[in-house]
Amino acid sequence: MRPGDLLFRAVTALAAFAAVALVVGIAYEVVRQAAPAIAHFGLAFIWNTTWNPITRDFGAGAFIVGTLVSSFFAILLAAPLAIAIALFLTELAPRWLRGPVATLVELLAAIPSVVLGLWGILVLGPFLAGTIEPWLSKWLGWLPLFSGSPSQAGMLNAILILTIMIVPIVSSITRELFLRVPRELREGSLALGTTRWEAIRGVVIPYCGPGIAAAIILGVGRAVGEAIAVTQVIGGGTTLHRSLFAPADTLASKIASSYQGASTKLEGESVLYLAAILLVIALLTNIAAQVVVRRAEKRGVL
Amino acid sequence: MLAAVLAVSVLVILVASVAIKAAGAFSWDFFTQPQATFGESGGGIAPAIVGTIVLVFWATVMAVPMGVLVAIYVSEFAGPRAARTVRVALDVLNGVPAIVVGIFVFGLLVVGHGQSGFYGSFALAILMIPMVSRATQEVLALVPRSLREASLGLGISRWRTVVSIVLPAAIGGIITGTILAVARAAGETAPLLFTSSIAANSVSWDASQPLQSIPLTIFTYSESPSPQDHQQAWAAALLLIVFVLIASVTARALFAWRRRRTGVDAGQP
Repeated sequence: MRPGDLLFRAVTALAAFAAVALVVGIAYEVVRQAAPAIAHFGLAFIWNTTWNPITRDFGAGAFIVGTLVSSFFAILLAAPLAIAIALFLTELAPRWLRGPVATLVELLAAIPSVVLGLWGILVLGPFLAGTIEPWLSKWLGWLPLFSGSPSQAGMLNAILILTIMIVPIVSSITRELFLRVPRELREGSLALGTTRWEAIRGVVIPYCGPGIAAAIILGVGRAVGEAIAVTQVIGGGTTLHRSLFAPADTLASKIASSYQGASTKLEGESVLYLAAILLVIALLTNIAAQVVVRRAEKRGVL
Repeated sequence: MLAAVLAVSVLVILVASVAIKAAGAFSWDFFTQPQATFGESGGGIAPAIVGTIVLVFWATVMAVPMGVLVAIYVSEFAGPRAARTVRVALDVLNGVPAIVVGIFVFGLLVVGHGQSGFYGSFALAILMIPMVSRATQEVLALVPRSLREASLGLGISRWRTVVSIVLPAAIGGIITGTILAVARAAGETAPLLFTSSIAANSVSWDASQPLQSIPLTIFTYSESPSPQDHQQAWAAALLLIVFVLIASVTARALFAWRRRRTGVDAGQP
């Protein structure tokens, strides 16, 4: 091999090695920064739902619950919407409408989260407090989820904002999946006498099942990691509430809201512990999505 | 049907409310003046605009060569196992939350040295690298093997083949990927919270000191109780949206134009 080639290959290999080292380095460094807090609190930190700077008692429990609740409800709302949009764009919409609508949905994904959060505070918040939440309180107030007084900032606002963020992601992946379903499969079903809707429900969607699952997992990953928009609208609470109207925090939003400095050294170290937990959750979600995709690829479905 | 209408109307409502609320704040001052002193009206976000330009510039300088080199390695030189390892690593990197990237750079560089624009750019670059690399990989895979083989058959060295023949054929996709990554980086707030947030209220092009940025300005103004701040936040948000939309549309147009020119059917970037 000529020297020029050797050098070039070495340089690119170095870059690739650096990329892998970066990933490993991030995991290592984040855990290393959390080490003082881990040493101080141990694993009990994970289910401790107190966060009290005065008694110096900190725990991730409330925020893990916040992350789980916000992501769960967000994907619950987003997944059906996203699949419906993907169906609309691939099967039901007139051809001239497909391009523009698809572009608009993708542009929604390009909106920076801080802008979405701004809109959430100043437009969605008052609308929720003035219209939606009183309505929910009136008709469904007996449910603990909708108890309490309406407020502008809170878990419900965060859930809606997260839903808006996740829909384009899940929808564009699902749309790609639907486009790749082999024609023979669909036409075969129709030839057997199924209606168009039955063909979609019985053939297209099951065929794309693993891919849709992966898209949903990726959407959840996005919701779990979103710090800025969530911290703008979620109100910042440190105690657990049953109601979605109440202020809360997720792991990501708590970290973001601490950027101006913690009151004590222990609190700062605890925030770093939160970051390590968030990283673990995000990595697990990411790996789960990759596993689902690879398994589907092996089965020849993707 | 209903869902698509919902999604599109959300987008329209969003953009419309930003545009309406931003209308009052736009003025020559907005683009050229620093923040007004507390309580006064007027003033602008010039330091933030310049800050974002500088931060994104350095982030692009760091991320694009890195992303392209990694893509070249995976596409031209790596064996199947190495290629898979790097691809998985990049996918994982893509999944690291932006706020955690900020914490990473904070602990690695800011602690003990203080904040700086370069550290902020480094954090942004970490977010950009997977995007640039993936776009480059996809477009390198589309360059026909025959092109490479013809070049090597003529006696041209491997590295020359890649640099002078393969890369130029792929340049459209690389630029598209870069534009989209730049649009993303310009709008990110979380990585900058811990790396470039405590900055002076004056226009500065010096990246060795922490710099203001448009997204962070929107963030702090959005949490402020003052309506003047809110209006400036809307205006900054409109600026950001317009920039991101123009970048997305340009990237898409470039991609479609390239596709028509070469006749190659590439997947979406």
